[in-house]
Amino acid sequence: MGSIGIIFKRELMGYFATPLAYIFIVIFLIANGIFTFELGGFFLRGQADLLPFFGFHPWLYLFMVPAIAMSLWADERKTGTIELLMTLPIKLSDAVIGKFLAAWVLTGIALALTFPVWITVNYLGDPDNGVIFAAYIGSWLMAGGFLSIGSCMSACTKNSVIAFILTVSICFIFVIMGSPILLNAFPDWLPQFLVDAFSAMGFLTHFDSISKGVLDIRDMLFFTVFIGAWLTASAIVIEIKKAN
Amino acid sequence: MIEIQNLSKRFDQFTAVDNLSFTVKEGEVLGFLGPNGAGKSTTMKVITGFLAPSEGKVTIDGFDITKNPIQAKSLIGYLPEGAPSYGDMTTLEFLKFIADVRGFRGAEAITKVQKALDEVALNSVAHQTIDTLSKGFKRRVGIAQAIMHDPKVLILDEPTDGLDPNQKHHVRELIKNLARDKIVVISTHILEEVSAVCTRAVIIADGKIVADGTPAELEAKSRYHQAVSVRFTEHYDLGADLTGIPGVGEIEKDGEDELRFTIFAENAESIFSKVSEIAQKNSWPVDEFHVNRGQLEDLFRTVTQVTQVTQVTQVGQVENNNG
Repeated sequence: MGSIGIIFKRELMGYFATPLAYIFIVIFLIANGIFTFELGGFFLRGQADLLPFFGFHPWLYLFMVPAIAMSLWADERKTGTIELLMTLPIKLSDAVIGKFLAAWVLTGIALALTFPVWITVNYLGDPDNGVIFAAYIGSWLMAGGFLSIGSCMSACTKNSVIAFILTVSICFIFVIMGSPILLNAFPDWLPQFLVDAFSAMGFLTHFDSISKGVLDIRDMLFFTVFIGAWLTASAIVIEIKKAN
Repeated sequence: MIEIQNLSKRFDQFTAVDNLSFTVKEGEVLGFLGPNGAGKSTTMKVITGFLAPSEGKVTIDGFDITKNPIQAKSLIGYLPEGAPSYGDMTTLEFLKFIADVRGFRGAEAITKVQKALDEVALNSVAHQTIDTLSKGFKRRVGIAQAIMHDPKVLILDEPTDGLDPNQKHHVRELIKNLARDKIVVISTHILEEVSAVCTRAVIIADGKIVADGTPAELEAKSRYHQAVSVRFTEHYDLGADLTGIPGVGEIEKDGEDELRFTIFAENAESIFSKVSEIAQKNSWPVDEFHVNRGQLEDLFRTVTQVTQVTQVTQVGQVENNNG
């Protein structure tokens, strides 16, 4: 087991040693239920698919994921354990990746526990299970994108509440970037490639196609590169800020 | 061997460590002393690779801490200031995690963890969450993780802070036992600890070394070295007896006990025999009569306060210039 694995194991154990993991999972499942069946009109639509379920995920993650991410590094700095961690024979990149993976797997577990919805829709009708599987993958990738922003924001401050607020704000910007409301607000004189680039950074742009079952390599690549970039930024911020 | 060459560490405008150079060899227990804010902890953070030096370099057994951090860090056991540990884990889980990181697997990991638990007497709290432990136990958990891999270099930032006298004694014995073929660097405020465990003491103030030597050498530099202490049973004017005796310097009355006097020696020469001769001749009414080895505390105050005074004058000058 490499250093990434050791850090990953410790972090994941840490989530389940406190009520945090259980509370997160329970709230995530309840919120998903409310969104899908009450607000999403799952039954009223009369269609055997999970579009209402996945459609709310960006908005659900917007508040749920920063709650996990906020303590990733802020707590290490607050309690001083960062000094212990950084003087052990471990690479900083391994620590950043290990911690990220632990949090990502926790969101993955919560997401996997929504499987009764998948069973329900199969019981009620004859959905395209390939589409649903693709949407699950896409949703998890998007959660990773939110988490990587959270990792970086958590590295910026010792205060996890500030980290939470910063993460929610920045994630919100990335969620709405591709939405038509925002794009229409751009002045006409802006060159088209800028508008396109801006909209290409939006989470909704990429998630919409994935949730409809189009598992395009470019969308997957977007989230992978996005996560990589924010984790690199996390490592740089930790290196700069660890002393204070 | 730890080699520190021209090490400086600056935070913005503030210089915490200023061109520090020294080496520590196998078998040495180095006591790192200095007033609060002198740069002790910062120096330790640079040696252990937590902070990067602004200038200069640190090598551990030939491994540069900035160029070969992983190799250098594997040789070091470090107790950071305040003994931080993951509070949501139990003592056993935490030490197992450290064993994992240090590369121990299976049965070897279990042996190492058990040995660390035994050495600092943590068996009774092995299954307790670290958050619920007392300050003394938390410190011992920190020491246990530092010594687990039998490191060549042990760096302990205030290892006995918050321990009761028995635990302090225990930790000092532990350090002495570990020290035989190792390098140990401890920082402390407690000067008696230096005499008790250290083979060498370095005093720093404002990031610079102001004294370096064995505890005995440093004590010899103090004003109290070779001074004779006497305590009379009744009031007695000893000044008259001692005037004109060569080698005898100032005589000081104790602040609390007005029958107790200290006779200082000039030029650190022994004056004990001369003074005792005079005392016998004049039949001094004494009930205590002994020679001082010197006081580390006195030297510490002398060497660290000088720099503080210069600092004050500098501040004064700046204010004048502004006015």
